[in-house]
Amino acid sequence: MSRFRATLIMSALAAGLAAAPAMADTIRVGVTISTTGPAASLGIPQRNSIALLPKEIAGQAVEYVVLDDGADTTKAVANTRKLIDEEKVDVIIGSSTTPASMAMIDVAAEKQIPMISLAASSRLIAPMDAARRWVFKTPQNDSLMADAIADHMQKNGVKTVGFIGFNDAYGDGWVGEFTRAAKERNLTIVGLERYARTDTSVTGQVLKLMAAKPDVVLIAASGTPAALPQKTLKERGYAGTIYQTHGIANNDFLRVGGKDVEGTILPAGPILVAAQLPDSNPIKKQALEYITRYEAANGPGSVATFGAHAYDAAILLSAAVPAAVQKAKPGTAAFHAALRDAMEAQQNLVLTHGIANMTPQDHNGFDQRARVMVTIQGGAWKLLP
Amino acid sequence: MDATILLILVQDGVVNGAIYALLALSLVLVFAVTRVIFIPQGEFVAYGALTYAALDTGQLPGSVWLLCGLGLAACVCGLWQQRRTLTAGATTRLVLQTVVLPAAITALAAFVAPRKPGVLIEALLALAIVTPMAPYLYRVAFQALAEASVLVLLIAAVGVHLAMVGLGLVFFGPEGSRATGFSDAVLSFGALTVQGQALWIVGLTVVLMGALYGFFEFTLFGKALRATAVNRLGARLVGIATAQSGVIAFTLAGAIGALSGVLIAPLTTVYYDTGFLVGLKGFTAAIIGGLASYPAAALAAILVGIVESFSSFWASAFKEVIVFTVIIPVLLWRSLRSTAVEEDE
Repeated sequence: MSRFRATLIMSALAAGLAAAPAMADTIRVGVTISTTGPAASLGIPQRNSIALLPKEIAGQAVEYVVLDDGADTTKAVANTRKLIDEEKVDVIIGSSTTPASMAMIDVAAEKQIPMISLAASSRLIAPMDAARRWVFKTPQNDSLMADAIADHMQKNGVKTVGFIGFNDAYGDGWVGEFTRAAKERNLTIVGLERYARTDTSVTGQVLKLMAAKPDVVLIAASGTPAALPQKTLKERGYAGTIYQTHGIANNDFLRVGGKDVEGTILPAGPILVAAQLPDSNPIKKQALEYITRYEAANGPGSVATFGAHAYDAAILLSAAVPAAVQKAKPGTAAFHAALRDAMEAQQNLVLTHGIANMTPQDHNGFDQRARVMVTIQGGAWKLLP
Repeated sequence: MDATILLILVQDGVVNGAIYALLALSLVLVFAVTRVIFIPQGEFVAYGALTYAALDTGQLPGSVWLLCGLGLAACVCGLWQQRRTLTAGATTRLVLQTVVLPAAITALAAFVAPRKPGVLIEALLALAIVTPMAPYLYRVAFQALAEASVLVLLIAAVGVHLAMVGLGLVFFGPEGSRATGFSDAVLSFGALTVQGQALWIVGLTVVLMGALYGFFEFTLFGKALRATAVNRLGARLVGIATAQSGVIAFTLAGAIGALSGVLIAPLTTVYYDTGFLVGLKGFTAAIIGGLASYPAAALAAILVGIVESFSSFWASAFKEVIVFTVIIPVLLWRSLRSTAVEEDE
């Protein structure tokens, strides 16, 4: 499989005399993400982001081993074992999807290696237990996003919602979270339809949804496949507001959706509209720096919010390593435990997607600052006040 | 459920079914002539759609490089297989077919693409880019195995499918594309609206079926293909080049697949891996037709399309399950009706 190893050993000159004794202890970071298969649109920007990560943290050389799991749970577990047993990594980043990450938790916990997931579901880190102690995650919990959508609906006097979502873990997660969020706000879900990522027609589902006459429709899908129900709804003359989830936040969605996705409302990480954030927002600087670096390497307009989750994982790691190297040498069990403790102790850590305050109970640490409401206007993302 | 919804669902089912019918026809064709269950048929749909979509935005599609690569591979394989009997004329023909042709198509695409010549020329160009891949694949992967069992050929077909999905990701990227349709017209019949593109799909399917009928009934090549399908050895004895039949069958299958792709690209978003599921539904229809009967396969494909459209209305979460379950009663009925025949190998 595509195996991309970035090995960079600090040059002796740059290391200087003081750091020289620590040089032998390279921190090894194992990455397993989905650069092929159904989640490739998440995995490819994440892989490109890995290339931007620091090659040196707190005077320690950092080495990345990147593997592809094709969004396959079995492969993700095999990769995790390989990274830990053969590559002797100190920390694992991945995987891109919830099912794959879920399967990796037990391995990470068994080997006592901290793991930073790049997947959305809050089930990865809650309820906290002995295995999940080792798991952190950088994307916003889907519950945070579901609450944001339901709040926006309530504020705009919506009473009934039609729901159409993916027929997979992403859709399942959203059905659960949005049903809860809607109930708390007295919204009624009048239609619940599912479709597959590769479907070529959703006419049946859309007709059934429209027969229920919902005030608004929520489409819970990710990437460009999320455009299909919206296009079909417009084609059939649906006039209500259409909500999408943060899974669509890349420029390919705008390209495929065209004029049919104008006026869509969605919650997203602040990085999607980084340039429109007020200067007082600390996330703005962090997010713009990532965008500049990513586009310098991959071409203008290429940035996707999904890749930034991998970048955030590295910021979390960089913040935790200095405390951990004080306690133990990389490659030892004591270092892995110290690294985990240091990540859990992070406070007010500014990431590209929000500000994290970790606690022993919350290994995501994001609050409402990690999401903004966005609309699509004139073929571009626009921050809603 | 009222009459309007019923009509819209039937219409949606027939349009999707028309695409499945085209795929089912080419699956039956390839199987009859070469005994290959052509799993990569779906990939030709995806390649055709994505190539057309790229041309539609004025870009040179990545698939031209794949075409050149496959052509070169086919050339090497051809030279190796014929190394004992090679003449100057045969070598020239092979090089013309596998090296010069892809290079010419690539040059043409590079020249035409940025000029945005309109949907018709773009569609023809997409067909020209994708279709030759099928005979090249035949030469590379299947020709040497032509006498192997159905199972070995099936395994080779699965391998080709996996390789083509992977290459699709490399050449087209993970995100999907949509293209401009042949027609933006929307016709209204009372409450029912019909898109121009849908009429194109159904119309072209009917025309293509008629053309295939004519091809098999009235042309020498068509008759040779049918003879090969009926009895491979017998066909060779009467002087039909069975390897040539394989190449023709694959070319037809590739062209039909690419055409299906060009037709659906404006209706839906196509991804590098869309083809498999579409192809599988065509395969379901082909199985219902017993992998032998063209009219039965075509009718079954329309049935699959309609079942799909109604199950997406009634129980969208179980749509695929329902569609693929349709195959079970048919298999039962077939196995009860026909007496057991040992596979003839």
